[in-house]
Amino acid sequence: MIYRETGQFKTSYASDQAIFPIAQDRIFVLLAVAAAFVVPPLMASQYWLQAVLIPLLVYALAALGLNLLTGYAGQVSLGTGGFMAVGAYSAFKLSMAFPQVNVILVFLMSGVVTALVGLVFGIPSLRIKGFYLAVATLAAQFFLIWLFNKVPWFVNYSSSGTITAPTRTLFGVTVSGPQATAGARYLVAIGLVTIFALVAKNLVRGRVGRSWMAIRDRDIAAEIIGVRPMRTKLLAFAISSFYCGVAGAELVFLYLGSAETLAFDINLSFLVLFMVIIGGLGSVLGSFLGAAFIVLVPIFLTNVPHLIGLPLPVALQKQIELMVFGALIIFFLIVEPNGLARLWQVTKEKLRLWPFPH
Amino acid sequence: MMPASALESPLLRVEDITVRFGAVQALTEVSVDVHRGEIVAIIGPNGAGKTTLLNVISGFYHPRSGRIFFQGRDRTQLKPFDVAALGIARTFQNVALFKGMSVLDNIMTGRLLKMRGSFLLDAVYWGPARRQELAHRAAVERVIDFLEIQAIRKTPAGRLPYGLQKRVELARALAAEPQLLLLDEPMAGMNVEEKEDMSRFILDLHDEFGTTIVLIEHDMSVVMDISDRVVVLDYGRKIADGPPEIVRKDQVVMDAYLGVAHG
Amino acid sequence: MVDLLRAVFVAPFADMAGNPTFLVEVLIGGIAAGLMYSLVALGFVLIFKASSVFNFAQGVMVLFAALTLVGLMEKGAPVPVALVLTVIVMIALAFAIERVVLRPLVNQEHIILFMATIGLNFFLEGFGEMAWGANVKKLDVGIPDTSFLVRGVQINRLELTAALTAAALVTVLAIFFQRTKIGRALRAVADDHEAALSVGIPLKTIWVVVWSVAGIVAIVAGVMWGAKSGVQFSLSLIALKALPVLILGGFTSVPGAIVGGLIIGVGEKLGEVYWGPLVGGAIENWFAYVLALAFLLIRPQGLFGEKIIERV
Repeated sequence: MIYRETGQFKTSYASDQAIFPIAQDRIFVLLAVAAAFVVPPLMASQYWLQAVLIPLLVYALAALGLNLLTGYAGQVSLGTGGFMAVGAYSAFKLSMAFPQVNVILVFLMSGVVTALVGLVFGIPSLRIKGFYLAVATLAAQFFLIWLFNKVPWFVNYSSSGTITAPTRTLFGVTVSGPQATAGARYLVAIGLVTIFALVAKNLVRGRVGRSWMAIRDRDIAAEIIGVRPMRTKLLAFAISSFYCGVAGAELVFLYLGSAETLAFDINLSFLVLFMVIIGGLGSVLGSFLGAAFIVLVPIFLTNVPHLIGLPLPVALQKQIELMVFGALIIFFLIVEPNGLARLWQVTKEKLRLWPFPH
Repeated sequence: MMPASALESPLLRVEDITVRFGAVQALTEVSVDVHRGEIVAIIGPNGAGKTTLLNVISGFYHPRSGRIFFQGRDRTQLKPFDVAALGIARTFQNVALFKGMSVLDNIMTGRLLKMRGSFLLDAVYWGPARRQELAHRAAVERVIDFLEIQAIRKTPAGRLPYGLQKRVELARALAAEPQLLLLDEPMAGMNVEEKEDMSRFILDLHDEFGTTIVLIEHDMSVVMDISDRVVVLDYGRKIADGPPEIVRKDQVVMDAYLGVAHG
Repeated sequence: MVDLLRAVFVAPFADMAGNPTFLVEVLIGGIAAGLMYSLVALGFVLIFKASSVFNFAQGVMVLFAALTLVGLMEKGAPVPVALVLTVIVMIALAFAIERVVLRPLVNQEHIILFMATIGLNFFLEGFGEMAWGANVKKLDVGIPDTSFLVRGVQINRLELTAALTAAALVTVLAIFFQRTKIGRALRAVADDHEAALSVGIPLKTIWVVVWSVAGIVAIVAGVMWGAKSGVQFSLSLIALKALPVLILGGFTSVPGAIVGGLIIGVGEKLGEVYWGPLVGGAIENWFAYVLALAFLLIRPQGLFGEKIIERV
């Protein structure tokens, strides 16, 4: 690497268990995170904030949630869209009913609501595994969307059937609603996702993460050595749903501004699943990389043909997007089933030795 | 190797266990006593029901009839994780390591039963959660030292050669500080040197921690060297039970291995 | 409260008894829909039976087959020629899939292969749309979408043809799997790729055969669906509907796919017609999945699936 690790010995278990054991890594990441908080609101264009950075952070949170459930705990879920919808609609209802409550608190409460829903739909996982579980989560997906479509109470009886983010402030700055600036919304998004990423990392490197991975890798052996499958799986569903719920609330409040059930349909579930697969199952970093990838590819496809003087009609662009996605998924699964995160890890290992060959 | 007093009640009593899978009767009225501090070897031709016996003790299968007593109490219908909570740890015939985790994490899973705590504290990784994690890490490091696997701590378990995988599995079982250790063919697939190492480890852990051990093993010389008592199964029935030197000369046992017709 | 109970448990059955002709028509509609589902599920079962791969792209293959057929017919090819050409296309597709997707992933776990088929699904969707255009197409196979009366009950010609074709196809396939050498080889491959390889079964050939047969099944399904509702992109969502069918029928049972399809089809129709109005309709969206879920809770291996005995 550009810096060497020699001379850094870990003299306690605590330092060995740290998230970033190498000092330079720690500094680098802290600087990068600080920059991420400060630079974009000041310097990035509206377009970049609105079309790239904010959705990236929102999707990253959803991908994180799904990664915990599917990547770490091994429970396949195709219900992400439905759970995000629960978060969005409950945040809407709560915020409209209690307008004076802090918007962050509203997000957290909607997360809790989604966690409870997730628990209920997670119960089948105790009997059902693998593909069969995917079908159970599909039931959740389709049922929840139908529910939000059919019951007008959820949209406060609005005739358009959409929910709109109300104007809410945080520390005096408007962060949601039509007057909120992209910069303000960005800061809320990045603040939340940083905290939740840290929490996720803490969970997966400790007792909880290990019991999840044990169930994922060999659930029978895990049970025989003392892992309680019911608690472990239900906890995974609850926490994952919490994350997806908050992401869903963020999707409406911080990104789209308003939404209807179409925004949360089965395609969203697949989208988030792709982020997790491409980014890397079982990796916190991977969730971010996957989200970045999925957000950037369409941008790339929109802009590159213009740059090389070959404008594509919108329909064709969409079709190529689909083909590229599909092809990339297959490509990644062949080349590196562990996704971008693993690719990054391998690159780092090679860089460690560079310029020496071995 | 000191056999426990015959007057003391056995740590594990398996009484007239019968196990069926559909039409197949895997075990028929098998009874075995294991006393505290003993090393008992279970041998028998392939398909005799040895692993099934361990699985029944682990709570993975429930017997059709018969009872199992551990520490004097009836434990027949327990679920696997409750059995583990009682202090029974085991290794598996086909190395059931968690391939996606490092060696260290695999062994740490052996301590899961001893880890208390709420996930909320874990989420913050501060205070009690952090202290607990470090305390368990220290315990696991002691096991790692004992089994001499320091160098491969961070290696993903799936990448290890077979012999080391088996050793890591033993480490995971030891990390649970069990009262009773069930080993299913701990030396399968090993060469002579590896078998010697493994035998040494098993004897050392027995001497140092006084762990009661039940192991399934095919290699007769290993069985002769390390076990206090040998139990022989054939076609799901127990056909011999006694000290190694005596069982070795038993005609019924020799017939079973040579495939002479059974009654 | 009593009203609610009556509405759920009494009224719908009273409705059914009160108008038996209508009930029969609903049942027939359910059976017809169910058979369509079965056809799609059959494609899944074939591939799963032979390679343990859950081919998520089956729905899109149905769509692709239908699109190719219609596209060729629009270019002026007569129906039999178009059919033959489509079969060739599907076989070529099978070769391509084997080469590009299956062979590189031959030893990976099932979940990886499943995800690869999701990728395939998206690729074919984009490709199909790009090649043949995105608007709905009419598929005319020469059978009128009209009904005739049998003892007061309306029966649709097209649905009847579809049902009979499906039945014939299923019988042929069932015999193929049980009685022929290739069928046996397919079952070996489904069990364990490496073991099958080690006894000399030509894996690549088997896979091409299977995916081709699945492709042909896809053509039949595509034609039937397309003739009924036009060839459009919602056809690929049918793949998702086939999942509950597979749950009920088991992933490896050909008769199971039929029974499962019928149960789902009839259940869905009955549910929508008699219970739907209670909750505002459109319960078809989720009814099949919830039904499958309920079955799974009672019998985790589905109606026809083999009980999985886990070994340690």
